[in-house]
Amino acid sequence: MAEPISGTDSEARELDDVQFRFREDEMVDHPAVTVDAFVGQTNASAVRIEPGDDARDLLPHLGRIALVEVNFPSFGDGRGYSAARILREAGYQGELRAVGDVLIDQLSHMRRCGFDSFAPGVRLDEEDAARAFATWPEVYQAAVDGRAPIWTLRHGERNGDTNG
Amino acid sequence: MYQYDRYDQQMVDARVAEFRDQVRRRLDGKLTEDQFKPLRLMNGLYLQLHAYMLRVAVPYGTLNSTQMHMLGTIADKYDRGYGHFTTRQNIQYNWIKLEDAPDILAELSTVEMHAIQTSGNCIRNISADHFAGAAADEVADPRPYAELMRQWSSFHPEFSYLPRKFKIAVIASETDRAAMRLHDIGIRIHKNDAGELGAAFYVGGGMGRTPMISHLVREWVPLDRLITYAEACLRVYNRYGRRDNKYKARIKILLHEIGAEDYAAQVDAEYQQLLDQGVEPPFAELQRIRTFFADPPFVEGLSDGVDQSDPAFAAWVQQNTHLHRVHGYTSATISLKPVGGIPGDATAAQIHLMADLAKEFSFDECRVTHAQNIVLPHVEQRRLYELWQRLDTAGLATANLDNIGDIIACPGLDYCSLANARAIPLAQKISQRFSDNGKDAVIGELKLKISGCINACGHHHAGHIGVLGVDRKGRENYQLLLGGSEGADTSLGKITGPGFDEDGVVDAIEKTTEVYLAQRQDGERFLDTYRRIGMEPFKEALYG
Ligand code: HEM
Ligand code: SF4
Repeated sequence: MAEPISGTDSEARELDDVQFRFREDEMVDHPAVTVDAFVGQTNASAVRIEPGDDARDLLPHLGRIALVEVNFPSFGDGRGYSAARILREAGYQGELRAVGDVLIDQLSHMRRCGFDSFAPGVRLDEEDAARAFATWPEVYQAAVDGRAPIWTLRHGERNGDTNG
Repeated sequence: MYQYDRYDQQMVDARVAEFRDQVRRRLDGKLTEDQFKPLRLMNGLYLQLHAYMLRVAVPYGTLNSTQMHMLGTIADKYDRGYGHFTTRQNIQYNWIKLEDAPDILAELSTVEMHAIQTSGNCIRNISADHFAGAAADEVADPRPYAELMRQWSSFHPEFSYLPRKFKIAVIASETDRAAMRLHDIGIRIHKNDAGELGAAFYVGGGMGRTPMISHLVREWVPLDRLITYAEACLRVYNRYGRRDNKYKARIKILLHEIGAEDYAAQVDAEYQQLLDQGVEPPFAELQRIRTFFADPPFVEGLSDGVDQSDPAFAAWVQQNTHLHRVHGYTSATISLKPVGGIPGDATAAQIHLMADLAKEFSFDECRVTHAQNIVLPHVEQRRLYELWQRLDTAGLATANLDNIGDIIACPGLDYCSLANARAIPLAQKISQRFSDNGKDAVIGELKLKISGCINACGHHHAGHIGVLGVDRKGRENYQLLLGGSEGADTSLGKITGPGFDEDGVVDAIEKTTEVYLAQRQDGERFLDTYRRIGMEPFKEALYG
């Protein structure tokens, strides 16, 4: 598991309370708009998905999006995991940020679903988070993080492109 | 039996380490109880009335003797010397200390066991026909498919925070012995005209407060698309299942609200998308898993037939053995329902003995059944008498399988914080009554199931006779249901009328059986008679 590029970078945090970021490009410097607002206007490049939004509404516009924030108002509401994967499966390459009730024990799954930046509502313990990102030595399923699942490793072949 | 390779072992070890860390953070106050709860639940740890309960997974109910011995060891070392086998083929320990839980999980991992996803809003341990690999009527052993799904569903990144728990059962015969139609997803492996195997997906069954029988959503999923299709089923549920009300959050409610056809169409659209994503394991993986479930070295050319001159033995043979697909063998069920006992409980000594017997008599294999009994799947008929004698000496030869004494009961008010009424003492009374009056054997097949509250852990909706504990003005009260079934002919029981107190419900059950005995025509089971004559005669006898 790669180290987050902006782990303890305090300058980056000030931009949007992003605590962990696994990308090297510039961060978008304007606030994300709602899905409704986004679909209705042409200049925004950052959009925020709430649990009840349909991530597929964004698919026609992926080319002009640089940042999707997926909000987790409560960590127990797992709809954001599907939203993230759907975007990545459709080829979205921009930043995918988990915001809100983002806790230590959800980080590894979020990473697997394609999130590459994290802005937890409450700052997380760095050491605990580092351990959490590294939880799984291997993985059972193909997801959108490009990791080869165990069943592929067992048979020494890749079964299709896991990164859509 | 499946054996872990280094990958499987690594994953379980990683989980043990992760959970140890979570417990540490909880004890350090870094995690609130609200934050910790779903994490401990995903490791099988429930908080009950008096202590923590740990539910250990028995994937598709199959255990070898080493694993069974470990279950006995844990009962002795960390509990009060017994364990409780559950209706989802798992085992629970009722008196666990939070601090011990990581050590227990570490011990389990040494015998390729765990408590992963035995609770929580995730895909639960996958159950299967307890006669898998042995039953004469199966088209294939369902367990390779269950094992493939076990791996796929373990630590699934997208489906660990579902709206509600998610239970999957896999069978591969016409006769359903796993209550498949009462699961969130039931999979039936079957053969087409060309002799190929495929999977039928039934979705949206469940018990709880709104019991529902599942819908056939797709008749034929090719075996090399099993995971892709399951993934589509789950994604539609994760996205659209209700999260505003936990009593309406199971997938059965989603299907009920949008309709099975609409659900099937959405799954199909998702499936088409996912086909391009490479989520399916290579077919070689399924073949690899299958080799673990190859036949044990059966002795060939044995003939069928058992000397039944000992009447007590004969009764047990007739009641507790099941037709095997290989001549000269049989599947023997060890009833964990001794007269007046606690359904599903076994002492550490009994667990160790059953482990030894599995090794000596059944190619090192035993099974947990959803009726809370233990099966030795492959016993040579010519050694059956010897087995029975060993069981009899240990008080494990009760010949009451599927009879009124073979009661399923949830923990109820003796352990459970959600309970309205006790279930265990009631089960004990009923079993005692029908043993004392000698009617257990006369009545024949009659499946009696008791839940201590509306959550239906004791499957009361699916009992030929069901008993539901309710709270009536602060007193324990029991409603009676008739006509449920979980077999191939799945149906949901109907309430007879006003409830009874504890002694009253035992009398009411006896009256119900009297109506049956008076009305039954040749060979009819209780359920058949009920279906033929309907509720009225029973109501008449109960309230008339
Ligand atoms: C004391 C601890 C327990 C608690 C707090 C508990 C809680 C619950 C709840 C709340 C439900 C309803 C879930 C729903 O409808 O969404 C449920 C269902 C169920 N429980 Fe338990 N339970 C406990 C013990 C057990 C035991 C010991 C067994 C097995 C013997 C069991 C087996 C089941 C089954 C089979 C269901 C029905 C599943 C379905 O609705 O499809 N539970 N439990
Ligand atoms: S049915 Fe009710 S009383 Fe019984 S175990 Fe389940 S929640 Fe507890």
